[in-house]
Amino acid sequence: MSYTKRNDGRKFEETREIKAEVGVIKNAQGSAKFQIGETIAVAGVYGPRNLYPKFLQDPEKGVLRCNYNMFSFSVDDRIRPGPSRRSREISLVTQRSLAPAVNLNEFPNAVVDVFVEIIQADAGTRCAGICAASMALADAGIPMKDLVAAVGVGKVGDKIVVDLDKFEEDYEGGASDMPIAMLPRNNEISLLQLDGELDVKEVKEALEMGKKACENILEIQRKALKDKYKGGK
Amino acid sequence: MAKLLVKNKDLVVPGEVLVEGMEYLPAGNVFRDKDKIIANTIGLVSIDNRLIKLIPLTGFYTPKKDDVVIGKVENITFSSWFMDIGCSNLAMLSLKEATSEYIERGADLGKFYNFNDVVVARVINVTKDGSIDLSMKGPGLMKLSNGRVVNVTPSKVPRVIGKQGSMISMIKEKTGCKMTVGQNGKIWIQGPDPKNEKKAVDAIKLIEEYSATDGLTEKVEVLLK
Repeated sequence: MSYTKRNDGRKFEETREIKAEVGVIKNAQGSAKFQIGETIAVAGVYGPRNLYPKFLQDPEKGVLRCNYNMFSFSVDDRIRPGPSRRSREISLVTQRSLAPAVNLNEFPNAVVDVFVEIIQADAGTRCAGICAASMALADAGIPMKDLVAAVGVGKVGDKIVVDLDKFEEDYEGGASDMPIAMLPRNNEISLLQLDGELDVKEVKEALEMGKKACENILEIQRKALKDKYKGGK
Repeated sequence: MAKLLVKNKDLVVPGEVLVEGMEYLPAGNVFRDKDKIIANTIGLVSIDNRLIKLIPLTGFYTPKKDDVVIGKVENITFSSWFMDIGCSNLAMLSLKEATSEYIERGADLGKFYNFNDVVVARVINVTKDGSIDLSMKGPGLMKLSNGRVVNVTPSKVPRVIGKQGSMISMIKEKTGCKMTVGQNGKIWIQGPDPKNEKKAVDAIKLIEEYSATDGLTEKVEVLLK
């Protein structure tokens, strides 16, 4: 079955509408909200602070610890609250995609905690979470080599598309999605997962489209950060 | 040939390229990646001849020698106190540096500084592995009783103090509060009554919010009226 037109009228290489805001949680050292279409992620950063139990401490550099969680009301059908196999996996890939961007050498024996909460889900939650988390880390003042931008790419029917929504992920003609996270300055990829089937040519094409989308997302992230601090605030 | 991509006082975010070429040197809060100089935090660019650095607008306290800080006792061991001074590690105050009094062997150290006591102390040593030593010997260094502690972003402490202490002395004068500003962004306030204390806290919050705008002193003056 051929997929000639997208469900919401977007172009194939177009993302949904993106909104970003920094400083949404007052009690956190840094925080950010990232909305892409109907998917909303909020991230809070706490620390650097002491890490216990002590055997987890690293005397050479700080530890980055991420936690991903979906609110029970974030999806159509209620999701059981609390950690799950899925949220543990996403916590881990979030941590690994952010780790190359942050420099924690100044904080031996300490931990930087990142909490990502999904308050509304419409596919692409891990990418939204990573985008929010990287802005929150910058807001907290953690030394960073680059911001991290992430987006989902994939194949719906026979078309390579950027930023799949829930309808496209569940498309009856078959769909595969591939979330990617990038450090755009040096074109480094820090997250690459694939759910479904893509051949080498398709992966390359999807990556190219994802790169372009990440560059746009980076601009939005930078603007959101600057908006908060503009005027000396 | 070096290409300067930013101007003085530009606002930049992590990962932004400031300079291409080897003619400039990276100083604080920037780093070099091959021939580029890149920001690693949110801050304002400061160009001083060939030196490029960032004045951070966010972040936490990095202890320096001779800083006067405000700390809270978090832990007591048999020979020292450990204080929270707002950075990732606790700072150590040893017996020797704690007081000029004679402390008997095996004495209860809680009698001098107990848990949750707030003190003004000076940083005397910072080692590379992150351990911080404090001293209580010196003028103005003491245990604080009563009053309250408010936190500001450490990079905004100079604005709270003002030129030669102008801002802080104005707040002190107008509200009648006693205040001590720690370099770690903790400010201790003790006023004659809660109303004035509240006023001083509001003034500090205002300074923190509008720290880089013009006419800050006037804004604070209006608030304190």
